[in-house]
Amino acid sequence: MSASVQATLKAEAKDLNFYYGDFKALKGISIPVHDKKITALIGPSGCGKSTFLRCFNRMHDLYPGNRYEGEITLNPDNVNILSPKVDPIEVRMRISMVFQKPNPFPKSIFENVAYGLRVRGINKRSVLEEKVEVALQNAALWNEVKDRLHDLAFNLSGGQQQRLCIARALAIDPEIMLFDEPTSALDPIATASIEELMDELKDRFTILIVTHNMQQAARVSDFTAFMYLGEVVEYNDTKKIFTNPDKQQTEDYITGRFG
Amino acid sequence: MQQSVAEIRRLIARHKFWDYAFAIVGMICLMVGILVLLSLFADLARTGAPRLTPAFFTSFPSRMAEEAGILSAWVGSVLVMVVTACAAVPLGVAAAIYLEEYAPKNWMTAIIEINVTNLAGVPSIVYGLLALGLFVYILGFGQSILSAGLTLALLILPVVIVATRESLRAVPGSIREAAYALGATRWQMVSDHVLPYSSAGIMTGIIMGLSRAIGETAPIITIGALTFIAFLPNSPISPEFPFVNAKWLMDPFTVMPIQMFNWTSRPEEEFQLNAAAAGVVLLAMTLAMNAVAIYLRYRIRKKIKW
Amino acid sequence: MNRTTKDTTLGIMECPTVSETNSRLSHKQGRIIKERVIETLLFLAALSSVATTFAIVFILVYESIPFFQHTTVLNFLTDTEWTPLFDEARYGIMPLVAGTLVTTGVALTVAIPMGTIIAIYLSEFAPHRVRETVKPFLELLGAVPTVVFGYFALVVVTPLLQKIYPDLPGFNMLSAGLVMGIMIIPYVSSVSEDAMRAVPMHLREGSYAMGATRFQTAVRVVVPSAFSGIAAAFILGISRAVGETMIVAVAAGMQPNLTWKATESAATISAFIVQVALGDLPHGSIGYQSIFAAGLTLMLMTLVFNIIGFWLKKRFREEY
Repeated sequence: MSASVQATLKAEAKDLNFYYGDFKALKGISIPVHDKKITALIGPSGCGKSTFLRCFNRMHDLYPGNRYEGEITLNPDNVNILSPKVDPIEVRMRISMVFQKPNPFPKSIFENVAYGLRVRGINKRSVLEEKVEVALQNAALWNEVKDRLHDLAFNLSGGQQQRLCIARALAIDPEIMLFDEPTSALDPIATASIEELMDELKDRFTILIVTHNMQQAARVSDFTAFMYLGEVVEYNDTKKIFTNPDKQQTEDYITGRFG
Repeated sequence: MQQSVAEIRRLIARHKFWDYAFAIVGMICLMVGILVLLSLFADLARTGAPRLTPAFFTSFPSRMAEEAGILSAWVGSVLVMVVTACAAVPLGVAAAIYLEEYAPKNWMTAIIEINVTNLAGVPSIVYGLLALGLFVYILGFGQSILSAGLTLALLILPVVIVATRESLRAVPGSIREAAYALGATRWQMVSDHVLPYSSAGIMTGIIMGLSRAIGETAPIITIGALTFIAFLPNSPISPEFPFVNAKWLMDPFTVMPIQMFNWTSRPEEEFQLNAAAAGVVLLAMTLAMNAVAIYLRYRIRKKIKW
Repeated sequence: MNRTTKDTTLGIMECPTVSETNSRLSHKQGRIIKERVIETLLFLAALSSVATTFAIVFILVYESIPFFQHTTVLNFLTDTEWTPLFDEARYGIMPLVAGTLVTTGVALTVAIPMGTIIAIYLSEFAPHRVRETVKPFLELLGAVPTVVFGYFALVVVTPLLQKIYPDLPGFNMLSAGLVMGIMIIPYVSSVSEDAMRAVPMHLREGSYAMGATRFQTAVRVVVPSAFSGIAAAFILGISRAVGETMIVAVAAGMQPNLTWKATESAATISAFIVQVALGDLPHGSIGYQSIFAAGLTLMLMTLVFNIIGFWLKKRFREEY
């Protein structure tokens, strides 16, 4: 698993196992997440890629009966974010997430983006206004919504809603952004605009993306992990994975022989 | 502006305080609600216990508190419930079947649906006034078991309709398609498949409705049920052919909650004991019915997975 | 059942002959008629609920008309005394409306905060098992006959309150209202909890993913999302309180009394109806007419609350 691209390590999964009750969903996963790069997780449905992604912000803690083993360390402070001693809220404040289906809150566009800031106790109007504008600009949504910031977020189109959710995640200046199949509920045009956006974001943010769409992984990511049945079969440079994978299984999947 | 980890931790500690505070307040509210009621029930049981002898169930009300019993009241309640069930069940289930399986999507259906919802919100005493005007005087049923039973039937109709519709809706469309595909008519589909599969759920709704009816006091007072009745209605079963008679339908009557109300509103201390004892019996009746209904529902939820 | 069996055997055994097919189709006519009759009967059953509503409105209005020959609507609404059964009769509904509003107010002060907090707690905080145990229990409490609550108010709660306020009369709206509030808690909490449970998980996940605590998620996302359902629960609670009869009839007193003080004794609209109905009630007497006028007022009050509820529901309909 040598990476030809030079990068610093932002986070690392070390021998991670995850259980839904008695079912072992992730088996011994170890991959690095490089700073200011996009890492893609691909694999057939049910392979555990979303489960793995949701470990990064301890989403599994919301439901009873889930259990982690192993570590995910987060730099710079080299803390194991899966440790029971670490509050999941602390992890989520550092690592934000964009979901499969756009899930804006039943609030105005402005309040949606400001939500993360308010949760952090930032309520000063001028600060909020500035940060919301920056986040919306970063999410390439500002021009479309600047005149109707106080409209209900539901009035936006699906693609706009997803960009709003990205703005919401951006507003808190996260250390890592998690994208869980962010375009699977969108049409091709909206998908293209989200991909374009990710391309712009990758110089500034560390991104981990789950996708069922191999072309998407190939287009946007720097590194790719191919997962199958709860294990990482192969992790490498995206270019290497898609042109000359080491494992037969990876090649079979990428060439469409299964999955 | 990435906040430092230490800053974040301080922030979380502050926010989490509210989590704990609310969880505690929530638990206290729940406990207050439940404990207040439990202690009230315990008090009721303790006060009423000395009166709960077999004689209490087999005696008529009396001017002497110690000799008074609830015979005419529980017999009246049972008979009124028979009338209520006979009227509300067919009417409610039929209405639900129509709304769920037959009704076209038009304004008429919309009106019926809105109407059922609104009826559920009409105060029970208003049903009493309806019954007083309609059943007692216009239809001339008088202050009888029949009037009371029909009044309570109208009162619980929305409960039965809503519960029946819910259980009909729980039968998946594929079952209906399967029946149609075999050439069944709509009614055959409903009576051979949908109704049997949802019968337990409908049963739950009916029991819930009847348990509400058995505790209702106000509408029955309004139609003029007597509070002091020292005789039983005519027996519904007669020794000669045809072994049943309908005379009891027109008899005056009293019911459990009215008997309790009557004793509660007496100033004498001894009658409060009777009231408590009647309360225990009434509570036991309604809670038992509800417990059966809730149990049935949870069992259905567990058993049937479409 | 029989016919289906026959049909299938026919189909399986052999190809039907022409005459057999004809005889089978001759059932068709009867079948169609039978279906028609059944559908009509079912429709009539459904219509019976509409008929009930019309009957309620008709009876209330029809029986109130003679009442308004004794007095004018204006006088009915503005006179401050309600003594229709006295020789010097006064026909002002205000004392009864005031009594109804005060008991309702006391009840809601208890039921709305406690019911909502319990709902939020059960929906967002309580472990699964606590919720599963408590919910049926709350439902059971909702089924307790109100006359039993009336007994509690008069025999248990009033003496307790008198220990705190020695001046409290034996019949008072405070104790009736408090007990009524406790009675309404299950309605409010159960309906609002259902509304909150119906908020899709992905909205909560969105909030938690931003680092929100449970409390922040509950208050900032779940409650606003479920607002129309919670409003419906409040309206249900209000309707219950306004129309509740036995608790007030037993514990709040039967004397019409124009006051806004909960510590006094006063009759509500429903208590007045019960009081008159308990006595001798000849058809066409002024007592008989007055309870229909009172009932009409009660009906209009609940109608107003329901319209507000309907409007709230429409205005804040959930769109997840």
